[in-house]
Amino acid sequence: MNPQQTAALQIENVHKTFGGLEVLRGISLTAKKGDVISIIGSSGSGKSTLLRCINLLEKPDQGSIIVAGEELKLKPARQGGLEPVDRRQLERLRTGLGMVFQSFNLWAHRTVLENLIEAPIHVQGKSRREAIEKAEALLAKVGLSDKRDTYPAFLSGGQQQRAAIARALCMDPAVMLFDEPTSALDPELVGEVLKVIRDLAEEGRTMLLVTHEMAFARDVSSHVVFLDKGEIAEQGPPQQVFDAPLTERARSFTNGFSR
Amino acid sequence: MRFDWIAKYWPLLIDGAIQTVSLLAISVSVGFVLAIGLAFAQVSGGLISRNLSRAYCTFLRGTPLLIQLWLLYYGVGSLLPLVPGLRQSFLWPILREGFFFAAVSFTLNFAAYQAVILRGALLSVPKGELEAGRAVGMSPFTLVRRIWLPRAIRIALPTIAGEVVLQLKSTPLAFTVTVMDLYAVAYKVRQDTLLVYEPLIVVTLFYVSLTAVIARSFKFVEAQVPIRR
Repeated sequence: MNPQQTAALQIENVHKTFGGLEVLRGISLTAKKGDVISIIGSSGSGKSTLLRCINLLEKPDQGSIIVAGEELKLKPARQGGLEPVDRRQLERLRTGLGMVFQSFNLWAHRTVLENLIEAPIHVQGKSRREAIEKAEALLAKVGLSDKRDTYPAFLSGGQQQRAAIARALCMDPAVMLFDEPTSALDPELVGEVLKVIRDLAEEGRTMLLVTHEMAFARDVSSHVVFLDKGEIAEQGPPQQVFDAPLTERARSFTNGFSR
Repeated sequence: MRFDWIAKYWPLLIDGAIQTVSLLAISVSVGFVLAIGLAFAQVSGGLISRNLSRAYCTFLRGTPLLIQLWLLYYGVGSLLPLVPGLRQSFLWPILREGFFFAAVSFTLNFAAYQAVILRGALLSVPKGELEAGRAVGMSPFTLVRRIWLPRAIRIALPTIAGEVVLQLKSTPLAFTVTVMDLYAVAYKVRQDTLLVYEPLIVVTLFYVSLTAVIARSFKFVEAQVPIRR
């Protein structure tokens, strides 16, 4: 089949500059349905920026973003960079991109359940009953059923992140975007979050995962992208990128992690 | 100490209390709505609206409330009858009353103080929580209505409670523009009975209990979202 048609997410030639510093220098990436793409690289290589450019939390300077075949219409902004032509289109496409943040970003004034049903009710316009039904199923899935009426401040980091994953899943996104989901966690809490992500991968969810968990990335990914100085220095199946990298840059990076 | 006058004056005291509470309720509720607009103008408005809002807050926080009230009452108040047709309109019975000017000036003043507090609260909502809202596809209005503003109000709640209490204690200024508020009633009782302390003691008790009610109500609202300490 033509990959153009099946791509859940496609980005082309994305550029981003922060005050003279070129963070992304033309990144192109295609995620087919069911792909789990890990994005690795050292700090400052542009991994998080790339993810944030996909749902326009960061405005790219150049490039195009296509979600499930629909291109996000962009136009040059007055302050530089690109901005959406149609705010509503952006909002609609964003509901198809489930974002999980490094710092969880649960809404502190709402309980876990309220966090989960917020967007389905107030963005997608679902009924409260339908939203709660779905939210409860997802809470069970991430093992937080007993915390449904708890406020985020009373949860551990791992619990907060699992709730945040459930919140993103409530929208039935076509693609999940994970921005270093375990980097803010105490080491003993990393496992419970990775387990949830692994389950999602095994379900066949399309995911982009920015991570420093190399062993996990190798295990769970269908495809690994190594970012270096704002460019894709190497990409391919995990065995290639981790065990037999073709480029020197990738070799020296992954060597640091093997055993 | 003599309190037998209460038997005769209690209807006036009740009326005064109603005037005081009305002034407080109007200025706090309408002022708060204005403050939301002023605060957002400062936080996410363009250059012009930002500066206009700042100037407004500086001006109204920088002048005594009494002077603002008098400028309105004696200044604008003396111009209003010159507006053609206004004296004949159904609005005139409201517009000619001191209560109207007191309510307007207290509202404008409260809005200025509240705007500055809200502005700080809006800025202290974690950026990540707003990004999370945008990331799930919220429109700017939904984000404000569901996340940004409620979150900011929770942050500002203890400060707002204090401001409302302060506002209560500004209301006796209305006495200077002929409003028969609680303080005005106490003044009248003193004039009529030549009792110095007793009327003041009675209204003091009233102000204190009202403050207690305000504090309690805010405590109750705050307790709706538990905070981990």
